[in-house]
Amino acid sequence: MKYSLLNLVRNAFSYHENWQEAWTNPGLKKEYDIIIVGGGGHGLGTAYYLAKQFGLKNIAVLEKGWIGGGNTGRNTTIIRSNYLWDESAALYNHAVNLWEGLSSELNYNVMFSQRGLFHLAHTVHDMQEITRRGYSNHLNGIDAEILNKEDVLKKIPFINGDGRYPIMGALLQRRGGTARHDAVAWGYARAAENLGVDIIQNCEVTGINITKGIVTGLETTRGSVKAKKVGLVPAGHSSVLANMAGFQLPINSVPLQALVSEPIKPVLDCVIMSNAVHVYVSQSDKGELVVGAGSDAYNSYSQRGSFDMIEHIMGPLVELFPIFSRLKMLRQWGGIVDVTPDRSPIIGKTPIENLFINCGWGTGGFKATPGSAHVFAETVATGEPSKIAAPFSIDRHYSGALVDEAAAAAVAH
Amino acid sequence: MFVIKCPYCGERDQTEFSCHGESHIARPENPNEVGDVEWGKYLFFRSNPKGMHYERWTHDHGCRRWFNVQRHTVTDKIMQTYKMGQPKPKGIND
Repeated sequence: MKYSLLNLVRNAFSYHENWQEAWTNPGLKKEYDIIIVGGGGHGLGTAYYLAKQFGLKNIAVLEKGWIGGGNTGRNTTIIRSNYLWDESAALYNHAVNLWEGLSSELNYNVMFSQRGLFHLAHTVHDMQEITRRGYSNHLNGIDAEILNKEDVLKKIPFINGDGRYPIMGALLQRRGGTARHDAVAWGYARAAENLGVDIIQNCEVTGINITKGIVTGLETTRGSVKAKKVGLVPAGHSSVLANMAGFQLPINSVPLQALVSEPIKPVLDCVIMSNAVHVYVSQSDKGELVVGAGSDAYNSYSQRGSFDMIEHIMGPLVELFPIFSRLKMLRQWGGIVDVTPDRSPIIGKTPIENLFINCGWGTGGFKATPGSAHVFAETVATGEPSKIAAPFSIDRHYSGALVDEAAAAAVAH
Repeated sequence: MFVIKCPYCGERDQTEFSCHGESHIARPENPNEVGDVEWGKYLFFRSNPKGMHYERWTHDHGCRRWFNVQRHTVTDKIMQTYKMGQPKPKGIND
């Protein structure tokens, strides 16, 4: 059933009790042409574009928990594309272009809000970094405004510009903003199922069947299944799946946490990021402040972050925004992120034929969801990396052609 | 957050330490004779297990010495700590 004003009115007469399910829970078939492992936004989106753009049928998405229950539902929903390097700019801006049409494309309101994103600069070095990145963005056709202190204080009057972390300026991307993360997973799931994709939840992959270097199927907690092609989109558990297929990845998995405050009246109408003091904050449409913390510096699959990281984020947050100091934080959670040496993703082929991988998005995958899904769908469908995905092959860790956003953007993604 | 038993100082809070990744990765003896793939593997590719992990830590805000830790990456439980240079132990509950 299409979501429209007409159907909203029509369903009002039956007290909204007859809306059909957004997606169903089909059983696992014996065989699929393509299986995507991982039912987050990237995986569901990949299945959607495979069906929509490449007209492929007989596709399944396997999710070990519930869809969108992993990192898609655990991030701080920030979207931007102001990356330094050309390769990244192409990839993340492809995503922003798709974000702009996503709600109508999926017939599902993903609440994409281009409220503008400020990267604060506190030191001369920060100013040099944002200026360099801003100019690089201009060359890549990405909107970037380099603001001075007065501009920032005019836009965010209650920010403390003269405290322990004085504000010298900011890099503003007006096309950046936020989206509702759950809706992204749900919208892609509903749209993919409408095109015939089977979405199998509570189905954990326990083994990858390989014959003579070619993938033939998967072992799962719901039985064996054959597949002609498999795409792995498992985020934090990338190495676990790669180990099943007999190869290693240049990835370490670490916890990243976030927290939200009690809801308050609208106060912050933009996204604030500070690489230097590691603050990310925005206000959700429900009124909660959504605050991102740093990742722990040791490998863990525990899905909970350490307390010292919370202290590490709340100190600077309250210093920059003294008016937030009496807010109570209501919820805190962690997700496991798969971090590569250069903080850029891995999209492409694996040493196993017909087995593809899309991982390594680390601490910043949500913003790329539509772009990642779109280029990975092309990679899986054609068997060759798409033009945008090509620089992000696993081989760059042998050739040395790293896309080093780690050095470029310091910490924040 | 957890407590780590430094082999030199005893039990201290984790915030005194920093982690430096997987242990027991030997640098190729003659880098000039090593190809790109093998060198890339040495530099970047890690086991990243969901389970027992052998890793290097330093006691930054203490004795500043390096040592090894065997830790479970799901429970964060530390099985043992041991000094640098000691061979990879057979492992407890490996």
